[in-house]
Amino acid sequence: MRPLDYRAPADAAEAVAAVAERPDAAFLAGGTNLVDHLKLGVARPGLLVDVTSLVPVEITEQGGGLSIGAGVRNADLAADPRVRRRYPVLAQALLAGASGQLRNMATTGGNPLQRTRCAYFQDVSTPCNKREPGSGCSAIGGVTRQHAILGASDACIATHPSDMAVALAALDARVRVLGPGGDRTIPFVDLHRLPGDAPERDTVLEHGELITAIDLPALPMAARSAYRKVRDRASYAFALVSVAAAVDVAGGVVRDARIALGGVAHKPWRAHRAEDALRGATTTDDSYRAAAEAELADAVAQPGVDGGNAFKIPLLTRTLVATLRDLATEEA
Amino acid sequence: MDAEIELTVDGRRRRVSVDTRTTLLDALRQRLAVASPKKGCDHGQCGACTVLLDGRRVLSCLTLAVAQDGAEVTTADGLAAEGPHPVQRAFLDHDAFQCGFCTPGQVCSAVGALDEAARGWPSAVTTDVAAEPELDRAEIAERMSGNLCRCGAYARIVDAVQAAGRDGGAR
Ligand SMILES: Cc1cc2nc3c(=O)[nH]c(=O)nc-3n(C[C@H](O)[C@H](O)[C@H](O)COP(=O)(O)OP(=O)(O)OC[C@H]3O[C@@H](n4cnc5c(N)ncnc54)[C@H](O)[C@@H]3O)c2cc1C
Ligand code: SF4
Ligand code: FES
Ligand code: FES
Repeated sequence: MRPLDYRAPADAAEAVAAVAERPDAAFLAGGTNLVDHLKLGVARPGLLVDVTSLVPVEITEQGGGLSIGAGVRNADLAADPRVRRRYPVLAQALLAGASGQLRNMATTGGNPLQRTRCAYFQDVSTPCNKREPGSGCSAIGGVTRQHAILGASDACIATHPSDMAVALAALDARVRVLGPGGDRTIPFVDLHRLPGDAPERDTVLEHGELITAIDLPALPMAARSAYRKVRDRASYAFALVSVAAAVDVAGGVVRDARIALGGVAHKPWRAHRAEDALRGATTTDDSYRAAAEAELADAVAQPGVDGGNAFKIPLLTRTLVATLRDLATEEA
Repeated sequence: MDAEIELTVDGRRRRVSVDTRTTLLDALRQRLAVASPKKGCDHGQCGACTVLLDGRRVLSCLTLAVAQDGAEVTTADGLAAEGPHPVQRAFLDHDAFQCGFCTPGQVCSAVGALDEAARGWPSAVTTDVAAEPELDRAEIAERMSGNLCRCGAYARIVDAVQAAGRDGGAR
């Protein structure tokens, strides 16, 4: 690990300025991803700017929705009675992630910015375009069990690992950002990028831009929402595939839906095509399957060790059908 | 770069100078000779390094010591300061370990988990996430899933945590 300067500035503007002026500086929040990457050599910052005591740590009511401070820990967000009642998909996604200890540390700002768990990305002895642009992608044709089926490129087939982010993508959340040039708000679905030919960039954030809060809009149908995660062991493992969904159903018909998929792409995947297919459809497995098929029409399985990841297409189809069926039959 | 920090560890105020790259785990074990938190994986994957930080369970291997200046740290050792903590007593009564390497982390995690449950926090296996959870075996296993046990003492760990929870858990 290279020598490291550490600062804990008094306010957010100072933190932004401190990171913006040094290309090798990074924000430090819960540290659960960044400290790991320091040890692995994946991240080699020369300065860490600790933001845990200067970003908001409250969850406040805002226009019928909630504004979640970037410093709110994942555990506290999942335990919040308003989140549990009004946005159960978010509480469930948080609880499906990591472990009790990690959720006590991980923050609202840091969680969506955690980096891929692609094993080659984390192993500095192997080529990886995301870690070393232009060095090649070791995952293509390798072990692709955790990799993408949607939106991948020839440069990178990694997936985004966050569970929380999948729920936020479904809920039309917005990200509040403070940068060297002032503040801006980004729709959560536009925060993360597809890899294209620049997989080293996970998000649209510029160097020095600090997430200060994530806002949830009022969304009455989110009271009937759920997160379903499929993984290699029952707990404390990343998703193979996951589904975040909210539905508005009445009289055997789906009036509206919000759906996002995890474990399938470089970003949490908002499933607009599935939502369109569901609007006005009957609450039957056939409708749910048709919605899944519409969304996955362009899915491409990655060849690789042990048959690659072709299993994800039928697995995701079944997972989406099961999630929608459970939600539609739930007692209102 | 070195930094001077102050920690309260198991009730004792300690000042120590640490390299900024030092994790809380290494500061405890190597600089302060507090050896009950264990280094299993050093990457957040096993739970052996679990301590209570300002009362909440965390992984000491994934936080930098310099970021915890002023914090209060309780390790399994400190929990036993006035004789075994009820959770430690339950681990003994239920034979909830073999080699014991994971045990200090399990104990700190269990104390934290019981406190979370007492505050009504749900878990991934809670059927209705908006309701008060009941601490059955599935709930305990899920809440303790961040602590691996290479000896596979899981069944008895669940017994111990359940018993401690029934008896009021935290002290
Ligand atoms: C063993 C293990 C298992 C895990 N399992 C899961 C899982 O199943 N599901 C899941 O979703 N996650 C899982 N995680 C990941 C965990 O959720 C993330 O590491 C955590 O959410 C990151 O948050 P943090 O606050 O610790 O971020 P940090 O590690 O502090 O930071 C992460 C990144 O975000 C940047 N950053 C932090 N805060 C801000 C901000 N406010 N503005 C701008 N940039 C910022 C940092 O510079 C850094 O690049 C697991 C982690 C481990 C170690
Ligand atoms: S998939 Fe992306 S992150 Fe993984 S090795 Fe290839 S370029 Fe790197
Ligand atoms: S040593 Fe910290 S989790 Fe394994
Ligand atoms: S008792 Fe040996 S690792 Fe748990």
